[in-house]
Amino acid sequence: MATVIIPTPLRKFTNQTAKVQIEAGTIGEVIDRITLDFPELKKHLIDQQGGIRSFVNIFAGDEDIRDLQKEKTPVTHSTVISIVPAIAGGSF
Amino acid sequence: MSYQDLEFTREELARYNRHIIIPGFGEEGQKKLKAAKVLIIGSGGLGSPALLYLTAAGVGTIGIVDFDVVDDSNLQRQVIFDIREIGKPKVEAAKRRLEALNPHTRFILHNTHINSGNALDIIKDYDVVADGTDNFPTRYLVNDATLILDKPNVYGSIFQFEGQVSVFNYVNEKGERGPNYRDLYPTPPPPGLVPSCAEGGVLGVLPGIIGSLQALEVIKVITGIGEPLSGRFYTFDALNFESRTFNIKRRDDNPVNGKNPTIHELIDYEQFCGMRAVEEKPAKEITAKELYDWQVKGKKFKLIDVREPSEYKIVQIGGELIPLSTISEHAGEIPTDMDVVFLCKSGIRSLKAIKELEEKFPFNNLYNLKGGILAYIDQVQPELTRY
Repeated sequence: MATVIIPTPLRKFTNQTAKVQIEAGTIGEVIDRITLDFPELKKHLIDQQGGIRSFVNIFAGDEDIRDLQKEKTPVTHSTVISIVPAIAGGSF
Repeated sequence: MSYQDLEFTREELARYNRHIIIPGFGEEGQKKLKAAKVLIIGSGGLGSPALLYLTAAGVGTIGIVDFDVVDDSNLQRQVIFDIREIGKPKVEAAKRRLEALNPHTRFILHNTHINSGNALDIIKDYDVVADGTDNFPTRYLVNDATLILDKPNVYGSIFQFEGQVSVFNYVNEKGERGPNYRDLYPTPPPPGLVPSCAEGGVLGVLPGIIGSLQALEVIKVITGIGEPLSGRFYTFDALNFESRTFNIKRRDDNPVNGKNPTIHELIDYEQFCGMRAVEEKPAKEITAKELYDWQVKGKKFKLIDVREPSEYKIVQIGGELIPLSTISEHAGEIPTDMDVVFLCKSGIRSLKAIKELEEKFPFNNLYNLKGGILAYIDQVQPELTRY
């Protein structure tokens, strides 16, 4: 089971769950599964063309999946997948 | 003048002794700090600790960009200010505090909104920039300006319990240039998917941590000690106390400094971030003055306040409280036979509420209070509590 780390801004769509265990072979499958389990996540992760939104970064371990095989990046039971959306707060 | 030619007074040597005795830092590192010019953009949550530590550390010249004035609600996290400074320009309040901390540092104040028209002029004379702003257009603006001017940009950002840090556009001793914000996030989120700062909130100590890390990276970039956080992206989750450092790379398709750049000068960043997108059907809005007119003339209308109960307790102007998150559930209670005015703190959440209702139900009588309750306080009832 791969572990997916949900960032604070998206936890309201996962019943405040911070870590989700998912059985999947690739990053694409992980995204499919997680948006099936938590449908409200979908519009935050997936754009209208079905791709991962460009302001949401997905890391497999320490690496950006755009530098690996993108959605086809393989995952194993020990892969930690981090979803890291852009945040802009600072001075407010 | 090169940093080697600088001399310290006896007072400075005594003051910076704890730096100078660090092996590998020494008098040379301290001289580099004294020779450096650092620009801090935003003197709020992130800028406060960054300014305090960089001034204490002995950076020679510090520029501060902020257009805002100190508000009581800033003091929960903006530790550079105190209650005596409420209502005064932040840059001036910061300078008073910092001059009392280190008389050897020179301050340059930019009491203005940084924008595409002035950014290059403001940034050009500095060696390093630390970005502590609070919105996407300014993030991309600062990023592009530092690329055009070839300056390193020490980035920090926060939201609720989460912080991010990286060093962008840093050129290492081998001459290799690191990635920047556009490599990390090619495009910003559309405005509808970003929680506004008023709903989002932030735990006060988090910007203290992230702004201090920015100060640390600024010092490393200036002095050349250690490994700056270039090509790496640090995230901190204060709630679970988990931090991660990811590897990030430059991208060929970066429109500013990739293989085929298409952006050669600063653009309209509000438009780039979708803030000025033409909407098919803009929501109707009324100003605070118009709302007041309706009230005094006894016009029949309903006022709905979509803020959180905690905000309602601070100040309210007679609206019925229905928080944004529950608006659709209460759609049945919203009248259709009279005008309905929606309000929140600054007019963003109320607009979202109207959009949500108009999308799901056939309303055509909904008005947004422009500028929210803050505009109402400013224009109609200045004696009410701002927050």
